[in-house]
Order: sequence, then C-alpha cells, then structure tokens
Amino acid sequence: MAQQAGWRSLPKAGVAFRLSTDYKTGDWRALKPVIDYNKCTKCMLCWLFCPDMAIVWDGENVVVNYDYCKGCGICANECPVKAISMIPES
Amino acid sequence: MVVKTLPEFPVKKGEPAYKLWLFEPGERKEMPLVFNLRQLAETRRPALLPGHRLCAGCAAPIVVKLASFAFRGPTIVVTATGCLEVSSTIFPYTSWAVPWIHNAFENAAATASGIEAAVKALKKTGRLPYDQVDVVVFAGDGGTFDIGFQSLSGAAERGHDFLYILYDNEAYMNTGIQRSGGTPKYAWTTTSPVGSVLPGKMESKKPIAEIMVAHRIPYVATATPAHWMDFMKKVRKGIEVEGPAFIHALSSCDRGWRHDTAITLEVTRRAVDTCYFPLWEWTPQSGYVLTDRSLAIARNPKLKQPIEKYLELQGRFRHLLKPENKHLVKELQELVDAAWEELLRKASNAPR
Amino acid sequence: MAQTLVKPKIPMEKQVLMTVNGDEAVAYAVKQSLVDVVAAYPITPQTIIVEKFSEFVADGEVNTVFVPVESEHSAMSTCVGAAAAGARAFTATSSQGLALMVEIVYIASALRLPIVMAVVNRALSAPINIHNDHSDAYLMRDSGWIQLFAENVQEAYDTTIQAFRIAEDERVLLPVAVNLDGFFLSHTLENIYMLPDESVHEFLGGYRRVSKVKVDYFDEEVPLALNPARPLSFGNLDLYDYYFEHKVQQVEAMKNVPEVVREVNEEWFKLTGRRYGDGIMDGYGIEDADIILLAMGSGAGTMRSVVRKLRREGLRVGLLKLRMFRPFPFKDIADKLRNAKLVAVMEKGISPGSYGPLFLEVNTALYDLKERPLLVNYIYGLGGRDLVPDMVENMVKGLFKELESGLVQPKLRYLGVRE
Repeated sequence: MAQQAGWRSLPKAGVAFRLSTDYKTGDWRALKPVIDYNKCTKCMLCWLFCPDMAIVWDGENVVVNYDYCKGCGICANECPVKAISMIPES
Repeated sequence: MVVKTLPEFPVKKGEPAYKLWLFEPGERKEMPLVFNLRQLAETRRPALLPGHRLCAGCAAPIVVKLASFAFRGPTIVVTATGCLEVSSTIFPYTSWAVPWIHNAFENAAATASGIEAAVKALKKTGRLPYDQVDVVVFAGDGGTFDIGFQSLSGAAERGHDFLYILYDNEAYMNTGIQRSGGTPKYAWTTTSPVGSVLPGKMESKKPIAEIMVAHRIPYVATATPAHWMDFMKKVRKGIEVEGPAFIHALSSCDRGWRHDTAITLEVTRRAVDTCYFPLWEWTPQSGYVLTDRSLAIARNPKLKQPIEKYLELQGRFRHLLKPENKHLVKELQELVDAAWEELLRKASNAPR
Repeated sequence: MAQTLVKPKIPMEKQVLMTVNGDEAVAYAVKQSLVDVVAAYPITPQTIIVEKFSEFVADGEVNTVFVPVESEHSAMSTCVGAAAAGARAFTATSSQGLALMVEIVYIASALRLPIVMAVVNRALSAPINIHNDHSDAYLMRDSGWIQLFAENVQEAYDTTIQAFRIAEDERVLLPVAVNLDGFFLSHTLENIYMLPDESVHEFLGGYRRVSKVKVDYFDEEVPLALNPARPLSFGNLDLYDYYFEHKVQQVEAMKNVPEVVREVNEEWFKLTGRRYGDGIMDGYGIEDADIILLAMGSGAGTMRSVVRKLRREGLRVGLLKLRMFRPFPFKDIADKLRNAKLVAVMEKGISPGSYGPLFLEVNTALYDLKERPLLVNYIYGLGGRDLVPDMVENMVKGLFKELESGLVQPKLRYLGVRE
C-alpha cells in the first residue's frame, strides 16, 4: 500500500493531485460486455453512451476497456443490432 | 509540459484514448459541433475521465459526457454538491479533464457568476490569453430547485454569460434518495415513502424550466441523454448565446428510481414518449419550440404513450401499478395530458 | 497611531488629504488596489462602501467588474469563484450578512484564496441592532481568516490596501478580514491621507499574481487557478484519510502571517510615514504600567486618551491596542503584559456561557508565565453602547483600588450596562 502523503507535502488548497484514470473501477462489475464483431456495424452508439468512458474507438473498432467497465449493460441495451452480450464475470 | 499519467490504452490510429483538455495561452482550437459519431470519436474527448465512482448505469456522467462534446473551446466547469461532484473528485483523484471547482451546495450559480466576472475583468485588463472562456455549471435538482434556487435566480437576473445544466434525478440522491422539489407526484423517496396512508410524495414537481423561462433569459431548454443529438445541439446553443442559458436534463438514477442499470437511457426515452418530460426549447424571440421526439408526437399524436409505460419501468412507482391505486395513475395521466396540451398551445411549431 | 520620524518615500505633501468616513475610505482603497471583482450585498453600516464603489464603476474610474449579488452568501461565493479563476476579489459585509455567508467564509480560507473582506462590525441579532460591536468578527474567528482591526479611518484605509499584500503573499495565501467599527468609523468623517494611485499599484506589485502548485499529473508546477491551459480541480471531497492533513496545512499557514504583517507594516512606514506599532500590536505607556488595558478597534482610541490623562495625573496605567486578532500573537502578548499587575481585557463581544473571546486568548497567552498579571474581562459597547471617557476613567481608578485591597473579583464584568 502506497504511503499516503502528509500535510507537509500535499499540494496547497486541497487540489486533486492524481487523475481518476489511476483508479480502476473494472472490479466493480458482475457482468461484462462482449462485442460480437461479426454483428457490429460501428454505429458508435455504445462508445457514445458508455457512462464510464469504457468503450474506446481505437481507429478501427470499438473496444471495451475492462479496466473501467462497471458492467452496467447500457451498451448492450442500446446496441441497435444486439452485438453486445453481457456475460457473467468469471 | 507533459501529462504523463494517463493510461496508454492501445489505439490503432488517431488520438490517445483519454486526454486532458489543454489550451495553451493564445491557442485557438476549432471545435465545431459534430454529429457524425465516427468523426466525433476521432476528434473529441469527453471532459470526464473514467475511474469516477458514480453508480454503474448512472445517467449523470452520460449527461456530462454528451454536453462536453458540444463545448466549443476553453471551458471552466462548476459543480454543486451532489452525486456528480462527490463521485468525480474523491481526493486525491479527479475525473475532470477541464478546470473545475466545487464550492458548496447552494451556490453553483453564484460561483459561476464570480468566474464569469473574473474572466470579464481579466479580458478587460488584457490578462486573458484566450478569446473567450465558457463557464458551464452542472448541478442536481437539489442544488437547483430548492437550496440552490436563489443563487440561480440571482445569476439569471444579473445576466451573466454562462450555461447552467441541471441534471435532474428527481431527489436528493447523494444523501440517500430524499425528496426534493423536483420529485414527481406519488414517487417513493426515503422522506416521502409509500406507507399505509400516504402513497409517496403528495406535491407536484416544481416546473423549474418554466420558472427559468419566466426569468426571460436568452435560452431555456429541456433535454435527455437518450436524445443525444437534440441535447448536444441545445448545449451548443446555450453556450453560444450571450447571457444565461438553462438546460433541464432528465438524468435517470437506477439506484433511486429502482430500475435495472442497463435501461437508464430507455427510461428517459419513455419519459419523453409518454410526454411526462417533453423536449422543447425557448428563446425570447421564438417562444416555446418543440424539438426531436416531442415534435414528432405533436405531429402524430398516435406516438404518445400512456403514462403506465413510464411508470412500469421504475420501482419508485411500483405501488401505482397496484389495482387499488388506479385512480392515482389516472390522476397522473390527467396531469401529464393537461401539461402537454398547454405546451402544445404555447409551442409555435405545434400543428394547429 | 501614526509616527513620522523618517522622511517617507511619499511625503505628506504628495499624499492626498481627503475628508471621508470609514466606509468611503475603504471604497477608495479598493478603487486603488486594482481589484478585478467586487461582489457585495448591502447591509447597514457597510452600505456606503458598496454605494461609493458603484459610483466609481458608473463613472468608469475602475476596470473592476461589480457584481450586485442577491445575498451575502452569494457575495462570498462569487468572490470564491472569481479568486479561484485568478482575479483579485473583494467584498464587504456586517453582522447578519457575515452570519449568512459564514459557510463560504470557511471554504474561502480552506481553498487558500486571497480574498479581502471589509467587515463593518455590527451586533448580531436578535434583537436586531444596526450598531457596533464585535460579535460578527468573533463569529468567524475559527474560519481560518486573518483578522485585522482598525482603530480609525486612516488605519481602515491603510489596512485595506495592506490586506491585499498580506493575503497574496506566497508565504500566506489566506483571506484577510479588515474590521472597522460600524458607525463609529464607518460613518464618521476624518481627514485622512491617501496615496496617489501609482504608489498603491507599485506597493501591491500590480495585478494579482496567482501562486503555483505541483500535482502528479503535470511534470512541472502549474498556476494554482482555474486555468484552461492546465486544468485543476478545486473543492474535492476528502474522506477521513485526508481531511486532517488538509486542515493542518491551513492551520500551519497561519504561522507565517505575523512575519508578513510586520514586514508590510514596516514597508508601509517607509512609503507613507505611518505604521501601527509593529503591525500586530501597539503599546502606549505599557513599559512601566501596573494596570494595562487591552482593546481592539475604535474603543482603543477612546481608552488611549483616558490613559494619557491619567498618566499625567501620575497613575501607572497603559494601553495595549491589538491590531491582529487572528492569528493570535500569544508570545508577543505575553511579553508585553508580563510585568503588569493587572490587565483589563476590554472587548465588545462575549460567548454566553463563557468569557469574551479576547479574554480567553489572553488568558492562554499568559498561562505559561511563572508570574503573571491578574486578569479581568470588561464587556462593553454591545449593540453600539457608547464608551465615554468618564466610564473608562472611573473603571481604571476603581481597578487601582481593587489592586490595593488585593481582591479582584469577579472576572467577568460589564461596562456601561444598566442593571
């Protein structure tokens, strides 16, 4: 466990000193989305709606970033061609 | 000046997956409003980073994400105390890719007034290295309808140039789902529970958007994250207009409304389909104008869904589906219909 | 008390002699201090500050953006937003207004924003009373603000300008409250010397400069402000693992304040020929005094004239005027009071169920001394009750008698109230 900073070294005025990308919320989920790329039409709605910025457009495909995905299932629900399945997390 | 701690998610081509918004002094970045999602994904990054601790399936981060796709340049965000503020900035982490401040619960609009005044003063004295800096407020129904109303009304009256986006989850969700002025009639909350005598909240939802219309500010609109194109257009309009702009965004809460995490957007869609939450915008010149799905329903009344279609998705209305509460549902339907008819009368683009 | 022993940089001939009241003096000071944003809500007896400043704005004499907010709570909130965005911000209030905004007053200090606020001291309701006492200043004593008290209109003008310097100093970065007594100072005309605009600009170093901060996600220090070039998040949620550390940081920042207040006082002396003791306190006749009166604000002026008279009559009495109430100068107070036989702590406020707050602080300051003076607490002037020289004279003579008899009781007394 990292040593937490003391009052002498913390930044002034209580400003945050780390980005939340350091905090992986992926371990929250009970279900995980799996994209069937045979069905995916790259409409981008899953990327658009993901509340956790956990679907990334890598230039060619939408890809799930499992580090942050909380398994809410919005992507699966919104996908117009039902290309995303929510399967239980192992 | 390198930002070195963002995760390097493998991207085959284009921008990195996650970015902070950095506007170097004097830099002019073109940020046009884009609806082609492929283009949007290639050129824009949300103002919210992952790793925030909002509930799975919360609509609030979707509201923020979509709104930020409509920002046009350097933007400072103010957030009132509430779910969004608390969950996005648990020390030492922050999820905000833009400069951000939280002051207190009831003063988001006053704080935004101060930032707007500072930007004006800095510009006046030649110390602002940008053509403009937009100020956007995100506040919940707690910090807007009730405790925050005074500062919102004051800021609107003074005419500060800012956009106030209300993410309305219809209760004080952050403190445990207590009723607010934005809670709809007969909804269950922890301070308006469904008991043997009272069937949930007995008071009606405060018509906050209409109250802001009464302030005669340059732009008022309602929106939902599900109708994303409509929402993004309205955010952009709100930012571009000179003076106060107010957008009432319905933000479903799976925790407090008791629905499955996956149907968050569907719930807001049904809110519009049943005309419980119509989509419109208002300016002093145009008056009320229906938009998106609500305009479609006005043109084709067959598209209007009965209120049960909205209630049936949410556990907070479960008691209304019991046969002995049929009269309450009838009452809600009448209230929704009356409000919808009134809106149709006021809207300049409703078919006559 | 002004002393002109050395030729100041701006001699009196070059300073502008104006006849103004305390509120106007503050308004002029703000006008000259290159303030970016003034957000204030009117409340008697602060109203003249806002009104006078509005005139400057209406005549285009300042570049300040004036925000006529709809409540004091919003006034401080607006100042917080403005200061966080890198602007120099000012507000003014009294009594109920301060009570309303006090939630944000604490926040301003914790966010280390160098806001300056003029508090035109007025009694707290109920009963509603528009006249002077220090109950409003005492209300914010735990908020982490620096609190300075002005004795006269000249000092109100000087201190307001100095406040911006002190607040924005890198070693401090804390907001400053400039206290001036309602009506006694705010509405009383005095002839005061004001500096030319350029001298004030130079003294303050021009416009506000923001500090810098280092966070993990930028590899260099970045401006401590809402800055689109380098985004930061202000006002985060602390859980129990960080709040304590943040609070201690704020407390420790107070330790640097006395040095800065003294420095600024000396620099002001070199510039104008005026200084207020060492900036923190000013003693008159305390070196050989058996009885010392300790007071803050305009009451000290009345007491000084009585002390001067009584000293001429041979009584060994002195006055210690305290200018800086927060941070409280424990060591200096102990040094100055240690040789007296009795100290009468005179104050315009009380904590019901306890003593006056100033008394409690002085008590603490003297505790560790092996030999320390007797202490009594005189509460006077509540709700604007006038302090008349005769009252003070009778009080002092009475105290001398008590000293002789050896019995000094009770500790808590009232001066000027009807039984």
